[in-house]
Amino acid sequence: MSATTVTPRPRDEIASARLPVSQLIGTALQGPRARRLRAALSALGIAIGIGAMVAVVGVSASAQANLLAEIDALGTNLLTVTPGQTFVGANEVLPDTSVPMIEHMQQVDSDVAVYQVPSANVYRSPLVPQSETGGIGVDATADNLPEVLGTSMASGHFLDAVGDRYPEVVLGAQAAGVLQITDRPGGHVMVYLGNSWFTVVGILKPVLLDSSLDSDAFISLPVAERMFQTQPNPSEIYVRANVNAVNRVSGLLAASTDPQQPDGVQVSRPSDALEARAAAKGQFTTLLLGLGAVALLVGMIGIANIMVISVLERRGEIGLRRALGATKRHIWAQFLAESALLAVLGGLGGLLLGAGATALYAQAKHEPFVIPLYALIAAPAAGLVIGAIAGLYPAMKAARLSPTEALRAT
Amino acid sequence: MTVASSLQAVTKEYPGGVVALRNLSIEVGEGEHLAVVGPSGSGKTTLLTVMGTLERPTRGGVHVIGYDVGHASDRELAGLRAHALGFVFQGFHLQEAITAVDNVALGLLYTGQPLRQRREAARAALERVGLDHRLTHRPPMLSGGERQRVAIARAIVKQPRLILADEPTGNLDSKASAEVVGLLHGLASDGATLVLITHDGAIARGFDRRIQMRDGEIVSDERQ
Repeated sequence: MSATTVTPRPRDEIASARLPVSQLIGTALQGPRARRLRAALSALGIAIGIGAMVAVVGVSASAQANLLAEIDALGTNLLTVTPGQTFVGANEVLPDTSVPMIEHMQQVDSDVAVYQVPSANVYRSPLVPQSETGGIGVDATADNLPEVLGTSMASGHFLDAVGDRYPEVVLGAQAAGVLQITDRPGGHVMVYLGNSWFTVVGILKPVLLDSSLDSDAFISLPVAERMFQTQPNPSEIYVRANVNAVNRVSGLLAASTDPQQPDGVQVSRPSDALEARAAAKGQFTTLLLGLGAVALLVGMIGIANIMVISVLERRGEIGLRRALGATKRHIWAQFLAESALLAVLGGLGGLLLGAGATALYAQAKHEPFVIPLYALIAAPAAGLVIGAIAGLYPAMKAARLSPTEALRAT
Repeated sequence: MTVASSLQAVTKEYPGGVVALRNLSIEVGEGEHLAVVGPSGSGKTTLLTVMGTLERPTRGGVHVIGYDVGHASDRELAGLRAHALGFVFQGFHLQEAITAVDNVALGLLYTGQPLRQRREAARAALERVGLDHRLTHRPPMLSGGERQRVAIARAIVKQPRLILADEPTGNLDSKASAEVVGLLHGLASDGATLVLITHDGAIARGFDRRIQMRDGEIVSDERQ
């Protein structure tokens, strides 16, 4: 053997090994493609976790959108005037001049007063024991109450000119339920109200802006004054302000209602409370989100597990790739990308699952179908992060494999 | 003579005290066709993997196509393998889920060339090994000899300067073996160096140079 000297060559003669991102993605797709069922099952774990979270977020958002739409339809220009509380706790009384005072205000579109009839209760018949009131209160009011409150009749009609003279009653939705009067009142349904028989002429739909009215029975003020000596001091006044002047009207209402004692008058805007409730509805349940997170964690462990097995099974392939010129980093990137890809597919699948569940729910509840925009990005992004974390260890293991050992393995 | 690969006093020990190569020195000239024979466990495969830069020696110097393997980084060696070395294995190591063309195109993956270009080169390589009628077949649909020819096409698609074949005929019958070896000789005739491990004496006789190994050492080195 001749002692030939090694001919030195410039280092840059041979280019370094390269794996552009497009080729990396193609390479990462190969593994799952060759083992489709396994890939689908491991992605399913992530899909269920993300699907659960998307559904929680979607259902909350749908419910919120629904409530906001309802509030919008009812109008946010309704104000209520009630007697405030004195220092000693007793209720102030609204002056009997309140209603004409308010009606004289500018920017007030309409208003209606409600007068409590404290001495009266409602029963199906005189045989019902006195104490079983069913929690139904009796209010005297005017004929425009449904209009001002933005509600309508479930059946029958509201109090009218006839009701001003004769004992007629309209029931709130809940009150009708308590009395078990659900049929359309045809003039034959009577209730026993404060020692007299009253004809039920109508049943109201639920009043969203003030649900306390649902458990009341309404009679006309002239009848209440005549039969129960009701004082003309309103217990509550509902005011529709001009849409553009709600705040101004709200600020002036107390002084207009009771110029002598404006502090004894409380003014509120029911839509504010409802909007707060809508916002609360939009806050998804932490518990459900937590369950989704647990499912996601299990899915992540599933992917990590599959990747570890995959690395062991594919030692031959890893050795071959190293022989073909892959650096350790290329191998690492391939397995990491494969894991991330599985989880991203899982995330997209979860998005579809969650959206489907939300759509079904929204349809069943007749609510608008809403998926928050951020969920569209967050679902696959969460998959990407989870997949990357799950793939970190298996990818490291794959990169560290000695190529010759890997080649010998098969 | 320009040297394709040289080992100077190389010793390779594996954990557990197994010594696969003992103070071994050899120079393989460019364009040389070298057959390595010897019983199992004599260190043939280790010699090939050290020459192929897949493993670094425990002691000693290794130069492959001018690169000092001992001082080169993982990236540099990978680049060397990607562009200049072609491996052929006994077990083929084909990807079963992809076609022959894509298996061969894999041989160029780490050069960073786009897929279309790699496939084009792969078709040409498959033509050179006489498999232009099997382009879209997957490995399970091919015979053993055909599979090894796909693996050879994958090794030569990059036009390597050094082809390293580890018992490429070990899983083939004698007719297919003769074809595969003839193919390797033909493909390496354009100046590429061929190092082939075999324990078939008849195959070894067709080579310009034969070395015999035993216990990690070269016991004979003959030239035609």
